[in-house]
Amino acid sequence: MNFAEVLQRPDIWRAGRAAPMPALATGFAPLDALLPGGGWPFGALTEICCARAGIGELRLLLPALVELARGNRWIAFIAPPYIPYPPALTAAGVELARLLVINPTTRADELWSVETSLRSGACAAVLSWAEFADAAPLRRLQLAAEAGGAWGVLFQRRTLSNSPAALRLRLEPADGDQLNVHVVKRRGGWSAGPVRLDPNHAMAMPAPARSVARDLHPRRA
Amino acid sequence: MRVGAAYTLIPDLAVKERAAPAERAALERLAAWAYQYTSFVSLAAPAALLLEVGASCALFGGLTRLLDRIGRGLQTLGYRTNCALAPTPLGALWLARAGAEARVTDARALFNALAPLPLACLGLERNGEALLAGIGLTCIADCLRLPRDGLARRAGPEVVNALDRAFGRLPDARRAYLPAREFHARLPMPAPVDSVEALLFPLRRLLGELAGWLTALAAGIPRLIIVLRHDRSAATRIDVNFSAPTRDAAHILLIVRERLERTPLPAPVEEISVTADALQPLGSCNLDFFSGARAPAEARAHLTERLQARLGTEAVHGLDQRADHRPESAWRFSAPGQAPTCSETNTVGGARPLWLLPAPLLLEQRDGRPWWRGALTVEDDRERIESGWWDGGGAARDYFIARDAAGARLWVFRELYDPRRWFLHGVFG
Repeated sequence: MNFAEVLQRPDIWRAGRAAPMPALATGFAPLDALLPGGGWPFGALTEICCARAGIGELRLLLPALVELARGNRWIAFIAPPYIPYPPALTAAGVELARLLVINPTTRADELWSVETSLRSGACAAVLSWAEFADAAPLRRLQLAAEAGGAWGVLFQRRTLSNSPAALRLRLEPADGDQLNVHVVKRRGGWSAGPVRLDPNHAMAMPAPARSVARDLHPRRA
Repeated sequence: MRVGAAYTLIPDLAVKERAAPAERAALERLAAWAYQYTSFVSLAAPAALLLEVGASCALFGGLTRLLDRIGRGLQTLGYRTNCALAPTPLGALWLARAGAEARVTDARALFNALAPLPLACLGLERNGEALLAGIGLTCIADCLRLPRDGLARRAGPEVVNALDRAFGRLPDARRAYLPAREFHARLPMPAPVDSVEALLFPLRRLLGELAGWLTALAAGIPRLIIVLRHDRSAATRIDVNFSAPTRDAAHILLIVRERLERTPLPAPVEEISVTADALQPLGSCNLDFFSGARAPAEARAHLTERLQARLGTEAVHGLDQRADHRPESAWRFSAPGQAPTCSETNTVGGARPLWLLPAPLLLEQRDGRPWWRGALTVEDDRERIESGWWDGGGAARDYFIARDAAGARLWVFRELYDPRRWFLHGVFG
């Protein structure tokens, strides 16, 4: 092992560089290469903008969800557009015991549910389909995700300006059932992409060996 | 002073009748709460508690820390107390009655501590006290200077007995108080209350007592009953259920608060009462040293309880599969966190979409193709599902994967028999 390799270790803090963030591998190597930490940011919000449901936005998250469902914290689906279908989830390898489906009736309850789930520390991932008109409530959700050590995913139809999310992606369909992923914003780097992925391939892939997130503890502020 | 005389002095005086049973009940609840700090609690009616703390010092990190904790806990409960520490129970009782916040740890210092106390703290009856005052005694030191047999003849043997017990020359056996297996507390409001925020103050106190009682018994409760009494309407009863036995006062308060906010109050609340009767053993859990987090299962249960308290139990679910070929019956909502009951996976059929519509959506047809926000391109592979004729929910369908104009993959089906309509059943996410 030479000095350069030692410097690449994640547990070495270098004064000039931003702190390495805990991240969960996405399961798609081209996307991992673009993201800081090599995966989905933990303790922060990820905003995914796709104009139309069904182009592969949930399949993009599946490898990470498979990994998280083996842990001991909830994966919460808040205000999903349709019913998350258990046979398909089981076929993809997601264990059902850790899934929580929350259907609030009012808008205020939607926001409250997302914030409470993020802050509680009992959720490993919070997937929300609540639409936000502006980015003002997102600051609170970002802080809640930090406090609870959760991975928050907000699906939006339209991009929001001034969003404080740590990672912002825009998805567009490409031909042949593939997906173009634009990284609109990421911590510690410029916007990047588009990366062309086949979201179906992840379903056949085994769990990546260097996934990080199983025992992340929530940080108590 | 008579009540009439008091009224002449202050015309608008507010007078309340003294409720001795309520005072006794409050004292017993406080004794149950104090049971978490020591294994020997004794009642000294009407308004005193004796706690033997010598054996608890090591567990709570020293005498000072233990007394501070007890003092803080009593303040949170809302009681004003005088605390005193002495080697003998009667000595501590007299010091507390006199209002001296004394901490006497040494038997020799006990004499100096008790000597200046007035005779009122002996707790004698009125004529006994008058008798001693009549012969010129004002404080305990005066009593000690008199010859014992003379004092016993004049004032009765109880006084000498009490002095002996206070100074440790005679044993002082007390009856231990054992907490009841049920908790029932009532708190009348000083004024009618109609806002949830104002109800939280008395609730916090009652739940603090409840938590202390549960800690003392090393138990948890799976349910709680709160009754709000109104002046002219029927009482409002709120049943709070927990998915696992708990004794965490903060969590219980959160859940009760959510339920209160969702419960309409017909009239201002005059009295609030809390009842807990189903005890279940609940050991302590070790906190994680670095993060201070509680056990994962408990944290998960707390979150679902909070969500269900605010959104209703029908809005929070887990997921489970069922062994059925019909797609709409192959799944069901379950209680959150319940272990999946069906482990059979669909090995025979084709790909299943990640999203299922609650009910199949009828699609209109244009030019022989199904149409939904644009013409759908249907792929050739089909899956035929024909099942369920035995329970009336028969399904005879050909399922296809279709692609819409925006590139989304959809799961559609066509009925096998007339009318052969197209339906949308799922979306591949």
